[in-house]
Amino acid sequence: MPERFSSVAPPIVVIDRLSRQFGQKLALNNVSLTIPRGGVFGLIGGNGAGKTTLLRHILGMLKAQSGSVKVFGLDPVANPVGVLGKTGFMSEDRNLPNWMRVRELIRYSAAFYPAWDDRYAAELQDAFDLDPKAKVSSLSRGQRARAGLLVALAHRPELLVLDEPSSGLDPVVRRDILGAIIRTIGEEGRTVLFSSHLLDEVERVADRVAIIHQGQILLAETMDEIKDSHRRMTLRFENALAQAPKFVGALTCDGAGFEWTYVCSGESEQLRQAALAMGATVVSDATLSLDEIFVTRVSS
Amino acid sequence: MQIHITTSDGVPIYLQVVNQVKYLVAAGRLKPGEELPPIRTLAEKLVVNPNTIARAYRELEIAGIVEKRRTAGTYVSDSGSPLARRERTKILSDRIDQLLAEAGHMGVTLDDLTKLLQTRFSVLQDSRLKDANDA
Repeated sequence: MPERFSSVAPPIVVIDRLSRQFGQKLALNNVSLTIPRGGVFGLIGGNGAGKTTLLRHILGMLKAQSGSVKVFGLDPVANPVGVLGKTGFMSEDRNLPNWMRVRELIRYSAAFYPAWDDRYAAELQDAFDLDPKAKVSSLSRGQRARAGLLVALAHRPELLVLDEPSSGLDPVVRRDILGAIIRTIGEEGRTVLFSSHLLDEVERVADRVAIIHQGQILLAETMDEIKDSHRRMTLRFENALAQAPKFVGALTCDGAGFEWTYVCSGESEQLRQAALAMGATVVSDATLSLDEIFVTRVSS
Repeated sequence: MQIHITTSDGVPIYLQVVNQVKYLVAAGRLKPGEELPPIRTLAEKLVVNPNTIARAYRELEIAGIVEKRRTAGTYVSDSGSPLARRERTKILSDRIDQLLAEAGHMGVTLDDLTKLLQTRFSVLQDSRLKDANDA
């Protein structure tokens, strides 16, 4: 029963030193990343950071130029059936066949997956208020996203991959999508991998986070580790200082005179000790939001 | 159970849940023996990861605020338990330390602070009486 013990279960995705070049542009630069079974993995990065390129490798839509990608222990390019049969995917552009009606889209998708669950599909169609007779081309952005989500979910995949699922959607549809993510991992052993630049959402639903920037992974940790290891600390000094004194683990610094505020990587206790050793008083010490951590990491 | 989650001020979500449940219990809005919502229900309602809620419930259990019963389900502990009492002292001591530190920075004396504490107590009591009448 490996599912019971998520930490010893083999990881769902293992990426090893993956690089990818498009013309002159290095889209992925020596990326290594492991996604364990169970839970929600958030991939965050700005536009053009390499999120979609990375996901396309995981889905076998791009072949590794160098390095390797394994999903369920298989090479997704050599084993599309083995990988995609257990994977649900919603792309950012939600490229659904426009000429189909919703009913046809569902029947068409069902034919691909032996594990397709008709009852669940009907349930989702109902919950999402999707009209079976509507043409896919006539759907609103929100309904289109919901149709894409239905197709990705109804075969109860072991791995659900969502590329920017919320981008351009209103809060009601976004809530449906986040709700679907939460319900998916409520079922033992299922894994969700989603990319986003809406960090509020990622902070709410992700167990683990990787920050990708200019094709490189800057950070890949559990949400708790990330939150615990970044602090915003304001130090007050005895004398006014013209320049910010050097402080251990400081990523950015801002201030003037007596008070200087640092965003640092390190744990509260260590940082307090370091401040004390500098003869400074800690006047504030706070956790950062994921948003602030991301901005600091990417700009420093 | 009224809980509000925000991601803007950096406080970890599990801690927001822990603090708010503690507050609801201390304010008498969650009574001893009352059942907390199941983890998945609360996770879906608040739109947060179920593991986060599980962690919050675990912390609350360690702190003696809630207890798991054999029939599965999480209930507010009897407030007379020694663990709950110790936890109460600890929460308050932490808060008082912060308050004293801030008052110190602002040059507020202990006397003024004590007076302010009294004033706030009356205000709070008035509003609780009003709540009780409304209910």
